[in-house]
Amino acid sequence: MTTSAQSNLSGPFDSVQGRPQQGNASKGGTRIALRMTGISKSFGPVQALSDVSFTVRAGTVHALVGENGAGKSTLVKILAGVYQPDKGSTEINEKPYTFDRPDQALAVGVSMIYQDLDLAEHLTVAENVFLGNEPKGRLPFTVDYKAMVKRTAELAKSFSFDIDPAAVVSQLPTGDCQVAAIIKALARRASIIIMDEPTSSLSETEVERLFEVVRQLREKGISVIYISHRLEEIIGLADDVTVLRDGRVVHSESVTKLDIAQIVRYMVGRELTEFFPARDVKPGDVRVRVDNLSSDSRIKEVSFNLAAGEIVGMAGLVGAGRTEVARAIFGVDKKASGSIVLDNKELSINSPADAISNGIALLTEDRKRTGLCLGLACSWNVTIASLGLLGMKRIINPARENKIAADIGEQLSIKWLGPQAPVDSLSGGNQQKLLIARWLLAKSKFMIFDEPTRGIDVGAKKEVYSLLNRLAEEGKAILFISSELPELFGITDRILVMRRGRLVGNLKTSETTQEEVMHLAAVETD
Amino acid sequence: MGKFVRQLLPFGSLTLIICILSALEPDTFLTTENLLNILRRSSVNGIIAIGMTSIIISAGIDLSVGSMLALSGMVGAYAMIAIGGSDPQGSSLIIGTALGIVIGVICGFTNGVLITKLKLQPFIVTLGTMSVFRGISYVMNNGQPYNVPSYKYLGEGIVLGVPISVIIFGVIIAIAGFLLKYSRLGRYTYAIGSNRVAAFHAGVNVDRNLIYIYTFTGLLVGIAAMIATSRTVSAQPTAGIALELDIIAAVVIGGASLAGGRGTITGTITGTLLISVLRNGCTLLGISTHVQLIVIGMIIILAVAVDQLAQTKTSELQAP
Repeated sequence: MTTSAQSNLSGPFDSVQGRPQQGNASKGGTRIALRMTGISKSFGPVQALSDVSFTVRAGTVHALVGENGAGKSTLVKILAGVYQPDKGSTEINEKPYTFDRPDQALAVGVSMIYQDLDLAEHLTVAENVFLGNEPKGRLPFTVDYKAMVKRTAELAKSFSFDIDPAAVVSQLPTGDCQVAAIIKALARRASIIIMDEPTSSLSETEVERLFEVVRQLREKGISVIYISHRLEEIIGLADDVTVLRDGRVVHSESVTKLDIAQIVRYMVGRELTEFFPARDVKPGDVRVRVDNLSSDSRIKEVSFNLAAGEIVGMAGLVGAGRTEVARAIFGVDKKASGSIVLDNKELSINSPADAISNGIALLTEDRKRTGLCLGLACSWNVTIASLGLLGMKRIINPARENKIAADIGEQLSIKWLGPQAPVDSLSGGNQQKLLIARWLLAKSKFMIFDEPTRGIDVGAKKEVYSLLNRLAEEGKAILFISSELPELFGITDRILVMRRGRLVGNLKTSETTQEEVMHLAAVETD
Repeated sequence: MGKFVRQLLPFGSLTLIICILSALEPDTFLTTENLLNILRRSSVNGIIAIGMTSIIISAGIDLSVGSMLALSGMVGAYAMIAIGGSDPQGSSLIIGTALGIVIGVICGFTNGVLITKLKLQPFIVTLGTMSVFRGISYVMNNGQPYNVPSYKYLGEGIVLGVPISVIIFGVIIAIAGFLLKYSRLGRYTYAIGSNRVAAFHAGVNVDRNLIYIYTFTGLLVGIAAMIATSRTVSAQPTAGIALELDIIAAVVIGGASLAGGRGTITGTITGTLLISVLRNGCTLLGISTHVQLIVIGMIIILAVAVDQLAQTKTSELQAP
């Protein structure tokens, strides 16, 4: 923990590091719009938030930053009534509230604008704005469309937003949809608007426009909680910033007093511990050569090499194109250009089946959606990618299959009731090990792990790291995609950094710092 | 435990109904003749239900099986008449039979290709082909049936005291049961139905396997169509109207899930027999066909409800 890491900081008014706050009160008043105190929340064994206090002044833009998994989303979801905290209290305009459901938060003026915006695409802007709250027409069971359009236009005008209330949402550019979502919040008399990564899918001009909109909101005394990974945005837009790390508040201050480098330091400042098992492997010859890989889905001209026994990490923000690199290599997405060479052989891969038969494995980031057949037996899930290889190309020998599954289960110490148990009876960590077992059986030479430790507990994480080490020792080439810098620094030899679909860094882990990686990943340099 | 209950349930109900009927109507129900009759009547539906089981396990559906049955029969009978005259005999019957089955295969293949290559929902595709196949059956002979008076063997033939159609039914049960349980195709069928995206990421060629499954079902429908044609010694363009619903009911009563990933051949056979025995019993007891509809409808809902209950219980047990 860094020196300033105190979990009970509550905002810019509590002096941080002993500084008085009068200097940065230029924007926004001194009234407190929101005060969350001592919020804790755990999901099963995972402590998502510990004793978090968070204060937002009325009429300010308050940025909430932190690495993936730091607890930002959990915190705002508690505020919006989606989750209920285990401990802690919430005051809005100095009145205490507890929300059991999102509509209760809405009723007192807390509106959340989700990344995917939550709009009914086939309805008009006005219909969306008044969804569930339609003005009644003259006849029973009818809706007064004219009033709806008129009131939406008035609302837009009072904030100087430029939008056609009668336009159908699916026809609008993303930026306008965002404005529609904001008007929807305003129509419900929102006084606190939460925006979760609002710029992730916007073009640059749209981003500028959104900033204007956010500044308009601030002018009218509305508080905006702004979650973003793009630090330069925050410097330009926010008044205050709160940094979360590992479910704790590590810093909360006026933006004017911070620069990007400092924010990055607060975000990653964490010591590497003995947590990561040591490994003693000298990377061997180059096994994998990825050249000029581009795909239709957002990645451009990505090139890198992997050596035998080398664990190479891939860092980047959400949406930077890391998963897309994996998908393009594995044949899930169509390649637009580029080549993949494994053991001096250029591969032609058009589907995961091709990739697997060429010795490539992909442990996908979402094991429930793209990894496991949850209702089926563990053994079936383990052998599915290698039935041909195991000599069961046409006909399956269940006894043999069961034995193979039981053996590999024992080897990886998977805790299950037996190979015949359904997969959904296993814990997350054991499900993950099951998927690793799948690729071991498939005799993969080049293994891509996409967020292999996501959503599993600490003990299971450590086992996954040991497994990765063991695979590297066996001479496999390993690409390890992760959003958690500490684990990248803990186990990799090299780190590739992605930003906006391009590879922007290829660094020796021993010669770089978390700050440098985060800087490359988060900050536009050109 | 839950799995066991689920598999036992339809079988238990079948046994129970057979016991009740045996007690009520020992002289008419529990005779070899009546039991063979039930099996013979079940064979057409049962053969199709086996195909439907594989489709439902893959999380699909085929609404066109009834129309496919009519079309296969019509084409088969037409070929017999075209080759062998108004009362075709011998080789013309064999050629017609083969052709009818091939038509089933082509229909099923078409469904599979449309579903996978155009990425359309099975429900929509087969709703469409249901209409198309039926339309062609009507157009072929202006809505009139083709009569093939000597085409009796498949429908009436008996070998060692067992009707041919029942023997065919039995062979298909054995083959399909083996394929579903022990073949890689069968395994992939469950995987695709359980989680299609995950199966794809594990290297399963989803499209090709789905085309196999629909084509296999077409083959079975073709065989069933020729048995049905032989039984009535005529091919009716109206054959198999609303048959798909009976078939789906049998599969669902047998424990398959319309959400995919779950179902067995034994369950489906039990479901098919359950409906047949129920119909037969109602007839023997003098219960009208109208009331039979009510009873069967209630059984479908009851079966699924109990199944659902058993499943919730298991998932609660599994929670760590």
